[in-house]
Amino acid sequence: MKSSLSLFALIIGSFALSCYALVVIPQKQIGGLQPHFTEEEGKVVDPYPVRNRGVAERGRQVYKSEGCIYCHSQQVRDVQNGSDLERGWGERRTVARDYVFEQPPLLGSTRLGPDLANIGSAKWRNESTDPDDKRKPVKRDAAWQLLHLYEPQAIIKESNMPPYRYLFQTRKISGQRSAEALNLTGDDAPEDGYEVVPTAAAKDLVGYLMSLDRSHALPEVKSTAPAAAAK
Amino acid sequence: MDAVERASIDASTRGPVLFFLGNAVLWLLAATVLGLVTSIQLHQPRFLADIPFLTYGRLWPAYTNIITYGWASLAGMGVAIWLMARLCRVPVRFGGVLIVGAVFWQIGLTFGIINILAGRTTGIEWLEIPGTSAALMLVGYALVGLWGMLLFGLRKESSAYISVWYLLGAFVWFPWVFATAHLTKTLPQMQGVVQNIIAAWASHSFLSVWVTAVGLAIAYYLIPKIVNRPIFSYNVAAIGFGTFILCAGLTGAVRLSGGPVPAWLVTLSISANILLLVQIVTVAVNLVATMHDRYHMVYHSPTLRFTFFGVVAFLVGSVFGLLASLRSVDRILHFTQFQNAQLHIVLYAFFSMVIFGAIYYILPRLVGCEWLSASLITMHFYGSAYGGGTLISMLAFGGIASGLSFNDPDATFAQIVQMGAVYLPGASIGWVLIALGHLIFALHFLLMLLRIGQPGGQPTLFAPLEEQTH
Repeated sequence: MKSSLSLFALIIGSFALSCYALVVIPQKQIGGLQPHFTEEEGKVVDPYPVRNRGVAERGRQVYKSEGCIYCHSQQVRDVQNGSDLERGWGERRTVARDYVFEQPPLLGSTRLGPDLANIGSAKWRNESTDPDDKRKPVKRDAAWQLLHLYEPQAIIKESNMPPYRYLFQTRKISGQRSAEALNLTGDDAPEDGYEVVPTAAAKDLVGYLMSLDRSHALPEVKSTAPAAAAK
Repeated sequence: MDAVERASIDASTRGPVLFFLGNAVLWLLAATVLGLVTSIQLHQPRFLADIPFLTYGRLWPAYTNIITYGWASLAGMGVAIWLMARLCRVPVRFGGVLIVGAVFWQIGLTFGIINILAGRTTGIEWLEIPGTSAALMLVGYALVGLWGMLLFGLRKESSAYISVWYLLGAFVWFPWVFATAHLTKTLPQMQGVVQNIIAAWASHSFLSVWVTAVGLAIAYYLIPKIVNRPIFSYNVAAIGFGTFILCAGLTGAVRLSGGPVPAWLVTLSISANILLLVQIVTVAVNLVATMHDRYHMVYHSPTLRFTFFGVVAFLVGSVFGLLASLRSVDRILHFTQFQNAQLHIVLYAFFSMVIFGAIYYILPRLVGCEWLSASLITMHFYGSAYGGGTLISMLAFGGIASGLSFNDPDATFAQIVQMGAVYLPGASIGWVLIALGHLIFALHFLLMLLRIGQPGGQPTLFAPLEEQTH
């Protein structure tokens, strides 16, 4: 390090290498990924993934601005990297192509809560219940998600998720009780004559969650999930 | 270099360095409050949950941005300017430019934090601040970086000391990565997970390159200075620096281990991490051989005690980081609070402690009086060392416990949460101790700025020393 020229050459060369390896090559390799589709009689059939629009895109913004990514991941790892698939968090691992339309992909790096990559999939929603399943999975549909958002501990006692009450509005019932009003019981229930209804942000957020389904088959990944209810 | 020249160079840095350090201490206090609040929110989920801008999902990114770009960056730049001027034997001219740089930096950062709290974030972890913020911060940094380079260009010392290598690395690295990361974020052709790869590269190397380089530069200067013995080996340090500069920038993809990215990226980063073992060994050899038979001085010199603690934390943290990046370990610890423990080992137990050591050394030379009270310094040390130790070990144990339980597919998620939750109140206790230490430190710092201290000219030591060492 006697000559300052060689010192600078070493520093700049090394950083150029790091930039090339971790920015330029990945962009060349997967930056141009396109959705997968099949062609039937010259027509594009069953493209995946598709771009989020409407409710799902607005809900994605809520997910982003409330910082959901700091507790929830949206990436399913392969069997050799953990128990995600055995846990029923997805049909398959997620791959780069799953995220081509996301600006940016909300992968998340911490799991203080469960992974949400497939929370809108049939398996997560548990809508078709298997009578033999001893766990008796609850039906996790949009109404369940709204209730959970308002008061997580009312549904899962041990939950460490904060309640998102500011995404809801408590208002006086005028005339008939709203069809959207939450079915709250016990301490969580509002006073008589009042009801708790979701704001537009809460409905968008749940709409987005219900749209999350990365179980579509892709040629680059084999489906390896054992049949188990998501837990 | 004689004492008169040294004093005149120190004096030339007074304005800008005090400005950087003083503002950094304010950001440190803000980070401390947010660190404590977010830690409490992890075991008391209802805490502040009804106020949108104070919820965990917004406070946590505000905390990480403040502790890295507010505290660590400003304090690191402040000490780096002082160190560069001393090592190059060049007085700082037009120090006002540096102050303007710090002002730009902080306006950008403040604007970014307001955006995060208001829910307007880019959604990319560690790059949450908007482009406008990043641009303002980059302008601020450019002024500081240019001044650092200028000092190097004008140097009167022909051979560059080890610390100068590390500082130059840091000066060059930051604008490069920060600009690339924030620019690519806005480019439409950067789609999908490439954005996450770039974010992992930028944010991980902020710790593994910038923070590490500045921290080691300071330690390589202060430790030989205080034990009054030249560094054991230049050649060993050169091998370490070469390995570091080549490999540290390649380690970022470990953050995406197992994720939806090409597997070779992660393999590359793990390999780079393993090669960095060479640097860890060189730092350890130089530390042990330089401090040899003078370890007792940590009982006398506050600067040495903090700096020594920091370097040991660097060694421990690097080894843990290396182990945690191996795939067999990563499958357990990825996504857990262990990552958070690693962040705090690097940023707090290593870097912040070295910075504290440097501030205890530099400030008396800038303001012209010695620290008022050795007991206040002792209390700060205990708060930071025991508080930081508690925080890091609780996060690490909690991460290991929930990670092990996570790998058992029969454990429900509620059970996993409970495995880790046992340790979270402990982390908050760690934060309380840290907060007490920081309050005492900030008070002591303020007293120094007001020139309330010991005028004697003798350094404030924990215990008197038989021989003169400064």
